[in-house]
Amino acid sequence: MTLHSRSSDARTSAHSRSRLRTTAVAAGVAAMLVGAAACSSGSGGSTSGGATLWGLTGTDQDNVLAPSLAAWNKANPNDLVKATYFANDAYKTKIRTAVGAGSSPTIIYSWAGGTLNSYVKAKKVVDLTSATSGVKDKFLPSVWGQGIVDGKTYAVPMNAVTPIMFYYNKDVLKKAGVEVPKTWDDILAAVPKLKKAGVAAFSLAGASKWPELMWEEYLVDRVAGPQAFNDVMAGKAGSWSNPGIIKANTMIRQLVDAGGFIDGFASVTADSNADVALLYTGKAAMMLQGAWVYGTFQQQAASFVKSGLGYTTFPAVAAGQGDPADIVGNPSGYFSVSSAASKEQQTAAIAYLTKGVFDTGYTDRILKSGQVPPIKNLDTKISAAGSDFGVTVYQLTKAAPNFQMSWDQALPPAQATALLSNLDQLFNKQITPQQFSDNMNKTIGQ
Amino acid sequence: MVAPALVFFFVFAIIPLGIALYLSFTKWDAISDPVWVGLANWPKVLSDPVTINALVLSLKVIVISWVVQTPISLLLGVFTAGRQRYRAVLAAIFFLPLILSSAAIGIAFKAILEPNFGLAASFGLPFLKQDWLGNQELILYVVIFIIAWQFVPFHTLLYQGGVRQIPVSLYEAAEIDGAGRLRQFWSITLPQLRYTIVTSSTLMVVGSLTYFDVIFVLTAGVPSSGIRILPIDMYVTGFSANQMGEASVMAMILVVMGLLLALAMTRLTGFSKMASQQEGL
Repeated sequence: MTLHSRSSDARTSAHSRSRLRTTAVAAGVAAMLVGAAACSSGSGGSTSGGATLWGLTGTDQDNVLAPSLAAWNKANPNDLVKATYFANDAYKTKIRTAVGAGSSPTIIYSWAGGTLNSYVKAKKVVDLTSATSGVKDKFLPSVWGQGIVDGKTYAVPMNAVTPIMFYYNKDVLKKAGVEVPKTWDDILAAVPKLKKAGVAAFSLAGASKWPELMWEEYLVDRVAGPQAFNDVMAGKAGSWSNPGIIKANTMIRQLVDAGGFIDGFASVTADSNADVALLYTGKAAMMLQGAWVYGTFQQQAASFVKSGLGYTTFPAVAAGQGDPADIVGNPSGYFSVSSAASKEQQTAAIAYLTKGVFDTGYTDRILKSGQVPPIKNLDTKISAAGSDFGVTVYQLTKAAPNFQMSWDQALPPAQATALLSNLDQLFNKQITPQQFSDNMNKTIGQ
Repeated sequence: MVAPALVFFFVFAIIPLGIALYLSFTKWDAISDPVWVGLANWPKVLSDPVTINALVLSLKVIVISWVVQTPISLLLGVFTAGRQRYRAVLAAIFFLPLILSSAAIGIAFKAILEPNFGLAASFGLPFLKQDWLGNQELILYVVIFIIAWQFVPFHTLLYQGGVRQIPVSLYEAAEIDGAGRLRQFWSITLPQLRYTIVTSSTLMVVGSLTYFDVIFVLTAGVPSSGIRILPIDMYVTGFSANQMGEASVMAMILVVMGLLLALAMTRLTGFSKMASQQEGL
């Protein structure tokens, strides 16, 4: 990254050469390390015709992008946007190689955070501050703010708000005589009662690792407030040794030791929705998961959603410094515009991002699918959509003094990878809270 | 005739190898330009407890896989090379895993081993309800079992071919001399299979060293420390943590280890001399 400190003249002359080399290197490493990773050639590299876009398959494609782009391209034949869709994991690997090699699509999808920072640092995305000045006021500020790096806007929200919710199975709690926990002590008291009733207190997809992070994020916030993680983000030396973080991790270990999580949670995966199934089949009473699993509940257990599914915010911790109204999760998905695209493509892309994304139809389609757009003044529309879940999520998001982006998205990739691996060892009792902090302190600055 | 193969080898093996070597001396996040850091990555990777753990795990996988797979494949190979009537049916069943893709095997075993909805729950067998993929002591052996399940058929096929090459006259002579079946196996079959054993072992060892796909699918791309063998560690470092320099160091370690192991095995076993096992026949 320090290469960018050399003089701009040298950079211009070296640019095409270094780009060629980067392309070759990227292709070579991909071919060697993963064999078939480079199988589908990048369709995003062409510089003629309209703007290009890579989106995710699933809800994004079906409910959001495909209908929106069909309408947009019909109405704006001069600013065409052509989309290609990829599965989530495949996209993550592919987009990084493509952006690095300068052959990315015009519109780059990301989850903001550490990835967006690295794009900005490498000058791979264009400044959208003035182009988006007219639309930014319709978004919830906490969500819009994630697209800002060093005071300039580089990414705009394009997707629903998905905070992490505290789900519970009403019938299971009732049978065991347990109230919905409002504090950490309530949780600890509920565990033995639920165990006696023959169910696990919490479902957890430990094999996927990132659901474990949700516990860490909420507990650190409740115990120490947002500042603890802000220090980590700022790269302060030793910031993982914050007493609040060590206390939160001690609480996690306490819950693991008490048998709070379902037996064999380390073998449960989220991509197969096994954690969700544990809740609606009544094998577990409660679960911490993203707002996005509500759709899975609807698909797999529609009647359970009507009568048995409850949801609320994460309990408070006695004498904690964090506001119990704080939420964590994914503020939204974001679109940026590639600096490698032609002027014409950039114009088309910016037109779509400012006029097409979150136009009335776009917002209504997201609402109709039971999700919550990050847009202001939607109360009546959300109530009219008839989803109590949507209303709850919208209220929580609006009322939250702090909306912490998921740490694994916020941190630079090297630190995020180390975080998930160390957290996994903490949950599996391979390391202590103190060792966790020591290990993580070493990653600061990577 | 050899030119296309050479070009292919050069483009897809030598050039990427050279690039990986170059990258191992750089710091590169796959987005900015690589920055030359000299030897800095090497001591960092080699002293990292995660890498050392990965090396130890890789060696365990190699040794245990070899110990488990070799006798099973050898015996199955000898059996399927025979002329029994029921042999063909059994052989067809043995070979089934060979035609399944690694991804399918990974997904299938993930579902089977699921503690709450998998095999244990379906058949009501409580002793099968283990934390197969979560218990950090257990997962290594689970993976070694799956590798064996997947690859024993292939090695059985090698041994079957090897056994069928052994001249029948040797067995006839042994029978006249009064040697029993066990004696024939030890004194004729096993020595005659010498080069088959070397071939099969080399493939097993190098294959175990670079084993990746089933583990990747089984752990949903986020492997725990108990199964983070070297190739997996390399992938995570390169493509999750985006530390291409460090990942390239691991790639070079893998290349060197693979070459050394293959060389050592062919040297020590006399494979490279290609001496005949059938002199005087």
